[in-house]
Amino acid sequence: MKTRYSLFALGALMALSQAAMAQRGSSGHVNVLYWQAPSILNPWLSGGTKDLESSSLILDPLIKFNERGEMTPNLAAEVPTVANGGFSADFKTITYKLKPGLKWSDGSAFTAGDVVFTWEYCVGIKGCARASTFTPVDKVVAVDPLTVRITFKAAKPYPYDVFGGATGAILQRNQFKDCLGDKAPTCTQQNFNPIGTGPFMVKEFRPNDVIQLVANPNYREANKPAFATMTLKGGGDAAAAGRAVMETGEFDYAWNLQLAPDVIARMNRGGKGKTVSAFGTLVERIEMNMTDPNPKHGDLRSTTKHPHPFLSDVRVRKALSMAIDRNTLVEIGYGPAGRPTCNIVPAPIAFASSNTDCLKQDMAGAKALLDQAGWRVGPDGVRVKDGQKLEINYLTSTNAVRQNFQALVKQWWTELGVKTELRNVSASVFFGGDAGSPDTFQKFYADVEMYANNFDGTDPENYLAQYACDKIPRPETQWQGTNINRFCNAEYDKLVKDLSAAAGVERRAVIAKRLNDMLTKDSYTIVPLVDRGRISAHSNTLGGVKLNTWDSELWNAQDWFRIK
Amino acid sequence: MFTYTLRRLLLAVPTVLAISLVIFMLLELAPGDPMADVPLTIPPEVKAKMREALGLDQPSYVRYALWLKQFFYVEPLHLVDHWFGTQYGEGMQRVVSWQTRSPVSELIVQRLPQTLWVVGMGYLIGVSLAIPIGVISAYRQYSWFDQLGTFISMIGFSVPTFFTGVLLIVIFSVYLNWFPSIYDTTLVVNSWSSFVTQVKQMVLPITVLALFNAAQISRFMRASMLDNLQQDYVRTARSKGMTEKVVVLMHVLRNSMIPVVTVIALGVPSIFAGAIITEQVFKVNGLGQLLINAIQSNDLPLVQTLTFIFAVLIVTFNLIADVLYGILDPRIRYD
Repeated sequence: MKTRYSLFALGALMALSQAAMAQRGSSGHVNVLYWQAPSILNPWLSGGTKDLESSSLILDPLIKFNERGEMTPNLAAEVPTVANGGFSADFKTITYKLKPGLKWSDGSAFTAGDVVFTWEYCVGIKGCARASTFTPVDKVVAVDPLTVRITFKAAKPYPYDVFGGATGAILQRNQFKDCLGDKAPTCTQQNFNPIGTGPFMVKEFRPNDVIQLVANPNYREANKPAFATMTLKGGGDAAAAGRAVMETGEFDYAWNLQLAPDVIARMNRGGKGKTVSAFGTLVERIEMNMTDPNPKHGDLRSTTKHPHPFLSDVRVRKALSMAIDRNTLVEIGYGPAGRPTCNIVPAPIAFASSNTDCLKQDMAGAKALLDQAGWRVGPDGVRVKDGQKLEINYLTSTNAVRQNFQALVKQWWTELGVKTELRNVSASVFFGGDAGSPDTFQKFYADVEMYANNFDGTDPENYLAQYACDKIPRPETQWQGTNINRFCNAEYDKLVKDLSAAAGVERRAVIAKRLNDMLTKDSYTIVPLVDRGRISAHSNTLGGVKLNTWDSELWNAQDWFRIK
Repeated sequence: MFTYTLRRLLLAVPTVLAISLVIFMLLELAPGDPMADVPLTIPPEVKAKMREALGLDQPSYVRYALWLKQFFYVEPLHLVDHWFGTQYGEGMQRVVSWQTRSPVSELIVQRLPQTLWVVGMGYLIGVSLAIPIGVISAYRQYSWFDQLGTFISMIGFSVPTFFTGVLLIVIFSVYLNWFPSIYDTTLVVNSWSSFVTQVKQMVLPITVLALFNAAQISRFMRASMLDNLQQDYVRTARSKGMTEKVVVLMHVLRNSMIPVVTVIALGVPSIFAGAIITEQVFKVNGLGQLLINAIQSNDLPLVQTLTFIFAVLIVTFNLIADVLYGILDPRIRYD
């Protein structure tokens, strides 16, 4: 009897939840919490993730990346490829066909002219956050109202970062036409209330506080979004956000819970919600300085004029890597949201090298390697060779997990016979590019430094190109540059060029893996530690959540619904 | 008294200007970069362009002069425009926040209501609790009430608000589910039920702030009462046959209030400065949260403007406290 009733109830529930999905607005209201509050809803004027993701509810790109990193057409009718004729065989022209009948939330027609305008907007204003995406673009032309043609200055085998993913949001020409050039920052009304083609539109935006959204009545799928209204609240900290979803149940979704594994586990017992995690390309790593940061070199500190006294020896770098137990680091710092890695390109699978030799700590091997290289343990326990001691200055940004990592690594390196001095500086200084500050990660006035980096989208070309010789930060470039280690290898530079010309995932993957290996297992220039996943939480009654690290985390908010 | 006030007012002008320069130089010399929050996936040359767009390529004296002009000339013009519907300030560059690219004054106006409601109410309740507690504690010195008051104010003093705040959330939001842990700034009070919701969401942050404020002021009140209770005039009043009520409330309390009133007046600017920690814990998102957010992301125009406004308020309330002192205590004459 009991079973029959519960089966009946279950059937009724299922019917209800299906009914809930059947109509726009039928799920009522949803509350989303971002502990970093969005400041502006025009993603072209801000590089911040919080701004990018919140605006992705309103603004749409031509193509999106799904939770597996695959491209799916969004405003475009299909993803243009060489096979379907949308992408020219010389990799210089890509033609997007737009879905017919698309409307902006104000009811006006969405056309190819809006796509062209978005390009004109970014190249025409001062300080467009995504200007680099358009550097290879020669021109964007509207062939007809439903066709956009993008021409590149040179062959570009991977063209999908232009108008693809959360960074490719299309603006409405009509709304932004008076915001070009110097006027861009004064268009507060437009920047706070962009008209879009996405599932929601802005009702009220309070910068750095809260966004109130309502379902877009002109959204292209008639039965979506299921939620009639959404509140995206900002502020507080990750712990409070997790608590509000999993313990008090006040909110339905909490973004990016960077918390200690035991804290998350305790919150999960609150019973009101659960965590979801997914892995992307973010890798916490130790970067080795190939140049000498010794202050005695004055202005030429950490420049290629002075090679590092001992880190230029690959055996020292390898021994330092071997002494690290990455599994312990994951356990202490990230729990289910992390896994040990030996690669700087850990994903997508096609691009990830099979390199796993660093996963097991090998203290004895590391000691033997240093002995073999002539570094003998001195009377104070510190290894020494020709009067040069192995003394390392280890720099990172101020962050509880990073300081734990520093302490653990110091312990292992001390056991190895390497004296380690720890230092941390505020993230806003460390990652700030102030050429006058001695503490930026680009200046690298330390022997090793630790931080995390990743790449947008699914192709690592630009990411790997960061380590080309000409990208070395130096006084002549005001210490700007992405080749933090001052790694310089002619073969590497050549392969980077090959990659920019290589077509087809297989061919690109072979080169990318080779580049990854050159930086990691061949030279230990970069010592990857942890592949850091994204962990977020949603309430038990919020359905349809698919955590995505390849696009905006709110990429499929149109598919969210209330489980009744 | 009048000339004194006038003199102080005139003196305040150079003081305030000097403060604005000091704030600017401090922000200028402090390390930090508004682009530090931007992900590393954005190349350095794009970041350099973005910095230029914020005007950071200008020398610092130009930026300071520009801020002075924007704050003392353009912003008042916009205020006039706003009030009288004129168009004097049309097209002039206002003080613009680097994070939001919107005028700083609009952000401040948006944040004022919740800060005044929550932090102001916390102060008001704190003060109205502190005075009776201080009076009774002093009158019945070393009684159980005094001991309890001392104990509670010791807690209020020594336990930081980020602890009491989270503790209250864990008890009243997580376990008992009585009050929300997140303040809704968009709530419009237009019905009985929305009023109840508003009261409910204000209870926890106000409790935290009231405890902290009451702890401080009740100690002042108690000490001041104790000083006065020992005075000869109290004995005289009693020997004249006045009731205890008259002696304590009419004579002692009035005299004891003189220093306390100035302490209370000096605390008023802190209401406007918001309560950085409490606002952050309960997501009240008022002026305090605006300031800490701006500091964290190196939004210099916003930090500069906010801290400058606080400085002006502090100077003003210092002056008010001094004038009040003169009014309350006829023995003090400034002329």
